[in-house]
Amino acid sequence: MSAALSVWVKGFGLWAPGAADWHAFRDIVTGGATPTATERPMADALPPNERRRAPESVLLAVAVAGQAVHMSGLDAATLPCVFASAHGDQVITDYMCDTLARAPTELSPTRFHNSVHNAPAGYWTIATHCHASSSAISGGEDVFGAGLLEAATLAVADDRDVLLASYDIAGTGPLGDMTSTTGPFAAALVLSPRADGAAIRLDITPEPGNSGSEAMGDPWLDGVAASNPSARSIPLMRALALARPTALRLPAAHGLDLHIDVEVAA
Amino acid sequence: MPHPMPPLAIRAYTATSALGCGLRAHADALAASRGGLSPNNFSVAPLDCWIGRVAGVEEEPLPAGLSDWDCRNNRLAWLALRQDGFTDAVHATRERYGSGRVAVLLGTSTASIGATEEGYRRLDHGRMPADLHRPVLHTPHSLAGFVAAAFELEGPCLTVATACSSSAKVFANAERMIRLGLVDAAIVGGTDSLCDSVLFGFNSLELVSPDPCRPFDARRNGISIGEAAGFAILERVTEPNDAPLLIGYGEASDAHHMSTPHPEGLGAELALRDALARAGIAPGDVDYINLHGTASQKNDEVEAALIARTFPTHTRASSTKGFTGHTLGAAGILETVLTLLAMRDGRVPGNLGANEPDPLCGPQMAWQPETRDIRIALSNSFGFGGNNACLAFAHAGHAA
Repeated sequence: MSAALSVWVKGFGLWAPGAADWHAFRDIVTGGATPTATERPMADALPPNERRRAPESVLLAVAVAGQAVHMSGLDAATLPCVFASAHGDQVITDYMCDTLARAPTELSPTRFHNSVHNAPAGYWTIATHCHASSSAISGGEDVFGAGLLEAATLAVADDRDVLLASYDIAGTGPLGDMTSTTGPFAAALVLSPRADGAAIRLDITPEPGNSGSEAMGDPWLDGVAASNPSARSIPLMRALALARPTALRLPAAHGLDLHIDVEVAA
Repeated sequence: MPHPMPPLAIRAYTATSALGCGLRAHADALAASRGGLSPNNFSVAPLDCWIGRVAGVEEEPLPAGLSDWDCRNNRLAWLALRQDGFTDAVHATRERYGSGRVAVLLGTSTASIGATEEGYRRLDHGRMPADLHRPVLHTPHSLAGFVAAAFELEGPCLTVATACSSSAKVFANAERMIRLGLVDAAIVGGTDSLCDSVLFGFNSLELVSPDPCRPFDARRNGISIGEAAGFAILERVTEPNDAPLLIGYGEASDAHHMSTPHPEGLGAELALRDALARAGIAPGDVDYINLHGTASQKNDEVEAALIARTFPTHTRASSTKGFTGHTLGAAGILETVLTLLAMRDGRVPGNLGANEPDPLCGPQMAWQPETRDIRIALSNSFGFGGNNACLAFAHAGHAA
């Protein structure tokens, strides 16, 4: 049976506690390196003043988006983008709910406009002068699969290269108890409907049922994967880092998995 | 520019807003130019402004089997879903195609954050109180998760949260998935309900009017916030029937500023051109445009200029936010439904609320209601962060 969607991967980006970019992640996964202490994500697509002021969710999303687009060699200004996050900026939501409960008229206008789910998409398109379509989505705990399905669908339907960035930051306060997101993580892919020399193709087919996730057997990978909804992408990102043909399943919704064949050019 | 797309049939649609529950309440209000705004009586310490509040949401708890999802936003969604035979239409769609072949694609800006706010108002030893210890509510995906659960649908399920363009963009998601054969039908739409986050948030940006909003009025002074829910079922056009059609959509980014639109409306114009190209139509083919028209100083200025320079006089245009308030993430679907009603009934809604037309507005503006045949109509939705969407619809039987 042919896959529902086939897309080539032209760029990768990743930030995890212990891996500040895709190259660091690949070096860990392929066995040569150990996770090292990481600092603020390097969102160098943003102008310096924005980078200083931007909330964590924006830094994280823009950092991985920038890595993936840089690797692709494409111009960010022309790329439609899909920013996916289960919970958006939980730190700002915690601040807003706390302030609204105590002194609602003291709500900060800046933090309010940074609270919208499409803040990273807004900052990214402004910084890269991108007038293409931009989206901000959620899919709950299945957000990465939902985002991958949406981005691959957009790439094939409109015959265009598409940027996907999936990010979540650690929760805090009473909200953090509810979201169970204990650490930050983000991953990005530039997906293309054409090979154009790209080495890796994803053949994606939605399939009924949720198979659940299997431990990868690496404490660091399994720990990160369990800490954050966007980190459910780790089995795929690991397969991409290993650059070996693989078949895997990722959840895209309640009762729906994506079957993904990772194909690697010889 | 994109290629023209095959039209999709809008098999069923409905909306609930400050104008009432279901299509008849909305059609009657439009025909009578009767708005639904009222003085703000929402929240513990109501701001001095006007709101578009849906009466009776509080008295509509969810059925027992769905009680984990109970909150104001999902109650409003559930109230809307039970109008106009929509629930039956969803069940019939699921029967016809199977639960895995129907997507749930919904827009919202704040989902059930009202429940999270409530939890913070009455924390129990610093933690979420037991009755709100329901993780499914404290996420932007609460609405789409609820609707998929309520109808036992297991196809793709996506929340689009691009502020005020959210429930317009879901039509684009649906078209792509249906065209590529990933699904056979999609439940699209959205819900946003009144909550402190948006009332005090827009107030902090000094965007809220103390009066009922006056879109495109020379002396407009801000938005009135409303709540609404609306839904539609999209599927391929098969046999000839009386379903209106989605014939195009456009999406584009301003790349300008987080909270003010591009001064020349660049993203809005790109979205409009994209929608016209996918629909395979020219500006002169458009009979009616439901404008974003929020009554904010900047949006209306930019949008008025875009309409004035792009369309002939016979294209009629109006904002309906004077009727409903700005329903944020639900504006796209609510105004889609109002546009479909305008087309169904051959009535251009008057631009309620404006007494002194902004001189920037062109002759396209319908300041009063008009009776005329509407074969092709557009609906504009522009969001925070410079996120723009434009939808194109046609009367049943439109030849692509």
